Amino acid sequence: MNTSVKYLLKRLGIYAISGWAAVTLNFFLPRMMPGDPVSVMFASFRGKLKPEAIEALKQTFGFTDEPLLNKYISYLSHLLNGELGISTAYFPEEVSSIILSSLGWTLLLVGISLVVSFIIGSLIGMIIAWRRDGKLDSILPPSFSFISSFPYFFTAMLLLYFFGFKLGWFPIRHAYNSNLIPGFNIEFIVSCLHHAFLPASTLIFMGIGGWMLQMRNNMIGTISTDYISFAKSKGLSQKRIMIWYAAKNAILPIITSFGMAIGFILSGTILTEIIFSYPGQGYILYQAVQAQDYQLMQGIFLTTTLSVLAANWLIDILVLILDPRTRK
Amino acid sequence: MNRSWYNLIWINNKARLGIIIVSSFIIIAAVGPIFFEDPNAYIGTPLLEPSFVHLFGTTGQGQDVFAQTIAGARSTLFIGLGTGFMIVLLGLIVGSLSGYFGRRIDNVLSLIINIFLLIPGLPLMVIIAAWLPPGPFSMMGVLVFTGWAWQARVLRSQVLSLRERDYVNAAIITGESNIKVIIYQIWPQMLSLIMASFIGATVYAIGAQVGLEFLGLGDVDKVTWGNNLYWATNDLALLTGSWWTFVPTGLCIALVSFGLTLINYGIDEISNPRLLSERIVKSRLPDLFNRNGSTPVARELFGK
Repeated sequence: MNTSVKYLLKRLGIYAISGWAAVTLNFFLPRMMPGDPVSVMFASFRGKLKPEAIEALKQTFGFTDEPLLNKYISYLSHLLNGELGISTAYFPEEVSSIILSSLGWTLLLVGISLVVSFIIGSLIGMIIAWRRDGKLDSILPPSFSFISSFPYFFTAMLLLYFFGFKLGWFPIRHAYNSNLIPGFNIEFIVSCLHHAFLPASTLIFMGIGGWMLQMRNNMIGTISTDYISFAKSKGLSQKRIMIWYAAKNAILPIITSFGMAIGFILSGTILTEIIFSYPGQGYILYQAVQAQDYQLMQGIFLTTTLSVLAANWLIDILVLILDPRTRK
Repeated sequence: MNRSWYNLIWINNKARLGIIIVSSFIIIAAVGPIFFEDPNAYIGTPLLEPSFVHLFGTTGQGQDVFAQTIAGARSTLFIGLGTGFMIVLLGLIVGSLSGYFGRRIDNVLSLIINIFLLIPGLPLMVIIAAWLPPGPFSMMGVLVFTGWAWQARVLRSQVLSLRERDYVNAAIITGESNIKVIIYQIWPQMLSLIMASFIGATVYAIGAQVGLEFLGLGDVDKVTWGNNLYWATNDLALLTGSWWTFVPTGLCIALVSFGLTLINYGIDEISNPRLLSERIVKSRLPDLFNRNGSTPVARELFGK
């Protein structure tokens, strides 16, 4: 078999095991906890559902007196059908439908901010490494590491306060103007971008520093190699050496670390969405925590984990395409 | 020898600034709360702007923001440093076992480390913290559970490389037990990495703890930095324009994390002399060689 196909299958195996670990954790967590978590979990249904309906729900999610293995198997089979339970915070909606309707907004935010902060960050990193010991190199790295010391949601609060409340340049909540009907038209897309601007800026602003430092350090590594000296001695233009010789090789290891970054950015997005009442995973997670809606929390944990795993696999494929050394 | 190691850190500008910032916060956290009886007490009209009476103003519930900021430092730093220590301990044990013994043990432990690295941190923390009774020990447990893997991975690779050194093999041949080799031969050689790991883990612990408390998953009756921000948003700080209820706490969090990061930069420069050397060499070379151009041009060298 082709080695790159083998590699991708091996990675897929690791992701499958991770996904299974997350599912299993989700199953055992409520059962391992001190006290009587099951009754806590279903207490919030009281008065909303008939006792028989609660019994049926318990049956579905394996909170019965059956042997553990049977419960586990029935839990897995329900998951495979996409059944994640019923939300109490958004009663009587199903957890899976709530998550599906909000997942897109989170993917939009994470996608935009990941790509933009990566591009800006690595461009700055490339330039300051090339002009090492220049003014920018002594100012930018420390100031960005100070900026990334702030909690995500704190930066979000500052931006919202100044640009949302004080200046009124951007809307202060939601993902689009509620007077508009969602659809593929210019007015709606503009409204979406207008609403996403501040939350995305928060994430981009916080993210640039990390990419910049990584790129700077990698560039410093590649600049000192022989092939760069050779390119210089050939008399190639500075710009050409910087971009096509040094940066091209410095950027590959960073793309590999994309996968790890997605988890961090997701955590940041969750907190940022809460500040902007942006209707993604973070916002509904906050509602779930406030209402002690355990089924919804666990559903969000599962879907975000699976999304991160899928994204990691896509990045593996991307690296395989970009880096000829990994292909044989 | 210990003294010279300490001196090395102190003469590094970044590390020194970091140490000064972090130790002043530790002193504030230790001594500060003595001067305030109860930071939760109602002391005046809610949402007063900063003034000489109340330096940082009052919260939406009429508490003194200055007192809350200082009281918050104590529990946040205590949990942060304590968690940082436990994460490094766990990471060191797992990383050492994995890197030292290799083979099957390494395969299993590395797989577990990778799984923990892949699962997104915050959602995992939320579902665990939501089940546990709120309190400092639950908080620490959640943070250690979700944060150990990164440090284990970093420490493992260092153990892996030290394991191949001749002096380690010599120690094994003389009949030292494996545990003794790890503790007395390997660990002392990676002290700077362990220190950096501890600092990194503390930064993580402070950030994650503040995030969880902001979600309302901490003990909301305690005064901590995360809870200060939780209450600020709960009392609609943005809507009422009362920036003073969240800005001081946020700045403190950032300063502490920044100070810790600076110490780590310093440690990094000391243990990787290459990062520093180029700058020093360059500054001592005549200006001629200091230019950024590619090939030397004769006109510039011999002209004038």
